[in-house]
Formats: sequence, C-alpha cells, structure tokens
Amino acid sequence: MDEDRRPLSFWLLGAVFLAFVVFLYGPTLTILVLSFQGPEGGLTFPLRGVSTHWYELLWRGSGVIDIWASFRRSLWLGLVVMVLTTVISLLAGYAFRRRFFGQGLLFNLTIASLIVPSIVVSLGIALEFRLLDDAVKAFAEEHGIEWLNEGYTTAMGLFTSGLGAHLTWTLPFGLLIMFAVFNRFPNDLEEAARDLGASPWQVFRHVVLPLVAPSLVGVALFGFTLSWDEIARTSQAIGDANTLPLELQGLTSTVTTPEIYALGTVVTGVSVLVIVLAFLGVSIAKRRAAKRVLG
Amino acid sequence: MSSSPPDRRPMGRPVAPLLQAAPLALVLLLFFVFPLLATAVVSLWNYTEYSLVPDVTQRNYVEMFEGCSNLGEGLCTTFRTYLSTLRLCAMVWAFTTLFGFAISYFLAFHIRSDTMRMALFLVCTAPFLTSNVIRMISWLPLLGREGVVNQFLISTGVVDQPQDWLLFSDFSVVLAFVHLYTLFVTVPVFNSMMRIDRRLLEAAQDAGASGWQTLWHVVIPLTKPGLVIGSIFVIVLVMGDFVTIGVMGGQQIASIGKVIQVQMSYLQFPAAAAQAVVLLGLVLLVIAVMTRLIDIRREL
Repeated sequence: MDEDRRPLSFWLLGAVFLAFVVFLYGPTLTILVLSFQGPEGGLTFPLRGVSTHWYELLWRGSGVIDIWASFRRSLWLGLVVMVLTTVISLLAGYAFRRRFFGQGLLFNLTIASLIVPSIVVSLGIALEFRLLDDAVKAFAEEHGIEWLNEGYTTAMGLFTSGLGAHLTWTLPFGLLIMFAVFNRFPNDLEEAARDLGASPWQVFRHVVLPLVAPSLVGVALFGFTLSWDEIARTSQAIGDANTLPLELQGLTSTVTTPEIYALGTVVTGVSVLVIVLAFLGVSIAKRRAAKRVLG
Repeated sequence: MSSSPPDRRPMGRPVAPLLQAAPLALVLLLFFVFPLLATAVVSLWNYTEYSLVPDVTQRNYVEMFEGCSNLGEGLCTTFRTYLSTLRLCAMVWAFTTLFGFAISYFLAFHIRSDTMRMALFLVCTAPFLTSNVIRMISWLPLLGREGVVNQFLISTGVVDQPQDWLLFSDFSVVLAFVHLYTLFVTVPVFNSMMRIDRRLLEAAQDAGASGWQTLWHVVIPLTKPGLVIGSIFVIVLVMGDFVTIGVMGGQQIASIGKVIQVQMSYLQFPAAAAQAVVLLGLVLLVIAVMTRLIDIRREL
C-alpha cells in the first residue's frame, strides 16, 4: 500500500465521521450556549444578551424548577450504585476465572439482565414489591401486629427497589468490563505469588488488586454515570421520590424557559466531571500500580 | 468475601468462587428473576379497580388481542401498536447500522496511529455516559418551529414557511434514536473489525479484488458478530422504549412500552404484565433468530 497518499475512501469516510461528531455534540453545545440566554431570551436563537440569569434562578430554586431534592437523591443513589457495582463486579469477575457450579447460568442471566427491555424489568420489580407489600399487610392483619399494620405503607423506595433496578442495569456492564480485564491478566504473577507461599487472600490483596485497580475506576465510572442518567428501569420501580432524570423527563413538556437548558448543562456537567475524575484516577492508579509491581 | 480461608482441597471443587459470585447471583435473583416470575404470574391474574385478584384467568391476554382475528375490519390496536413500533425499529436499525459501520470502518482501517484511534473512539463513545433525556432536550432549539433548522431553511429560501414535521414526529423520534444508539453498533462492530487479520485484506487485494469486493466478501462476513450484537441492542432498546418516543414524539406516537406505562399508571397491573410477557416473548424470538447467526460467547 502506498503509505503517503490517502485513498478517496479515507476522505469520504473522514467526512462522514466528522459529520457524525458534529451530530453527536452539536445539540449539547447548542443548549450550553442557550443556557446563557439573557433574562428576556427564549428557548431558541437569537441570544438576547448573555447572562447567568437562568443559572441563578435554578440555584435559588425560585424559578419553575426546584430540583435540588431529586438532585441529591440521584447523587446518593449514584454513589451507592457505584460502590456496589464495583465490589460485586470485581468479586464476580474474579470468580469467573475458575470453574464453579452454575457458572453458565449466571453468565446468561447477567447478559439477559442487560438485554431484556427496561420497561419489563421495571414493571416486574414494581409488581414484586406490590406483592411483597400485600403479603406484609396480610401478615400484620392476621397476627394483629399493631405497629406494622398502621405504620407500614410500602417497601418500595430509593434504596430498595430503586437501587435494585439500577444494579440490574449497571452490573452487566461491570461484569463485562471485568471479563475484558481478566482476559488480559497475566496468570504467571499469581502463580509466582502462590509458589512463594502467599495465601489466596494475600495473592488477591497484593497482586491482583493493585493490577486491576485502574480498571476498577472504569467500572466505578460506568456504575455512577449509568445510574445518574437512568430512567427506563427506574420509572415504575421508584415509589414516590423521583430521581433527577425522571424529574427532567416531566419538565420537558412543562418548562418553556431556558432554565431547563441551564439544568441540562448542570446535569451534563456532573457527568463530564465524573468522566474527567475517572481519567485522572486511572492515570494515578496506573502509576502507583506500576511502582508497586516493578519497584 | 474474598477473604475466605485458604482453599485446603485443591483437588475438589473450590468454594471461594461460589462465594465470590454469590452477591451478583443474589442481586439478579431478587431484582431480575423474581420480578420476571412475578410478571408472568400476575399476567394471569384478574383485577378490579382497587386490587389484584389472584385467580387464574386468560382475561388479560384475551382483551389484549380483542378483535385481532378479524382482519377485515382493519388492524386491532395491539397489532397497530406493534406494527408502528416495528416500523420505527426497522428505520432506526438501518440508520444506526449504516453509520455505526462507516464510523467503525474509518477508525479501524483508516486511522494508523493507535493513540489517535483510541482518542477518536472515546470521542464517539463518551456521550453514552451523559443523560439521554438531556440529549433529547438538546434537539428542541434546533428542530422547533422557530428552531435553527427552520430559520436556516427559510433564510436560504428552501421553504417559505416553518416546517412542522421536524419535531414531535416520526422524523424526530428516529433522529433521536440514531443520536442515542449508534454507539451500541459502533462499539461491537469496531471490536470485530479490530480482530480482522490485516493480511487477509492484503491477500484479497493481491488476488485482484476491488475495494467493494474486499468489503463485501471479506470485511462484512468477518464483522458479522459485531453487527449482530449491535442489532440486538438497537432492536431491543427501541422495542421497549417509551421515554424517547414520548419526549421526541410529543406523546403522540404509539409504542408497546408506552402502552405498558399507561396501563401501570391506571393501576391495571395484570394487563400491563400481559403486555410485558408478549413483548418479552417477541424480543426473545428476535434474539434467538439473530444469535443463530453467531456464537455470542466467543465474542467476549
């Protein structure tokens, strides 16, 4: 092949690629710009001055939108999902390196959890908790347990059904990432550690964990951002307290000021911040892992 | 869990992996297997305005397909909804596959430096980690009556009045889907393409194949696994969708996911469950047919 001259297909596909990137990022940049509309400005161009008016409204919660309660809920839920996804995926990924009973079934279930339509999973969780509630109420009535009978409404909530719904979405991604990591993992280091008399826990703690730490940052990143943006699985399974994306979905049809663009920019900002932190985390973890193993 | 005691039976089945996999198994059991079972059971229950009535009945399925056997009077609601959803599916699938393939091909075969390839790949995939709803909202200032596209079309004289079909239409729904889901095709197709032995392409060239022939007879067959995985993702995501169709369709376009959501909001749980069972059956059928074409486990 001629190394210097690019074929025509390069330029054509390059143009398609470029157009796609514009298509991908253009709209997001548009609302970034429009979120700085002046106080008189509307939902579309032209810009009537440049201001942080809509951000101020959003910040004070005095505009149409008061989203800080759901903002905090989503943040907490995202953090819990992140930690659980990382720990559970790491353990399961480690387990899959050896044979164990039910291995094939567990793998298929995990993949199924990824591809079964979200609305079906969400509905299922809602029904499960409804049946549970009915059972608890019937039990309380039958045995005359006063406090349970009066105080109990539902087991559904942010950190029960909501958390479970999010985990069915984040864990398959976490496990697949761990598969990719362990597929490229050097077995001989572990063997060497074992030959030197390390216990399984020592092998895990001092050999495996430092080596996979950078990839764990990736799993954590997926865990948080997928949870932060999740709608479909949460929708039926959350109970009364909405998460931020659900609030946002409701606002799309009611809010007619650029405040919604300011909110959108803030939410995207959180995602971008987490992505950047993850990249920093990976590079730091890699450097430390290299130091520890090599020197 | 990993701090389980040293395995003293190297010849027998180790217990540690079972314990390590237990949390994953538990979560999937509680929040995936049980819910699906609950759905299947409740779909056979009866209901009143206030409560579920646990006797076995076919009512929900019968009502769902009411009037569907009589094709002479036009399609029943359920069939129309499925047809409308499948039509969207087909359009979205065609566009995402086309774009996904072109982008992956460019990255895999035209970019020569690995660093550059990774950087561009990340550029294409990073939006996946940002909010879908906000990416949908981002289209509003572009496609609305006074939006950027209409302003542009009018100022260039292509049209003389604002076009309404740009927003809250099939067009905007498909556009948003392509915007959101092309990456589900790009990633597996890119993965397949990176595994193709470059010598095969040179061999094809040396044997006198034209560019198109190489593409058709070498690249596409070897990329098939990625294409199938991507297609499964896109088809399943669109079939069960209610958020994108709702927001971008202005709550006007029918879809199966939307029917389920509406029935849930009217507390008609058994009816929604029956819909979900039928949807799940259809999705599994599609997956079964498509996985006949490849062995998914080998692709991971």
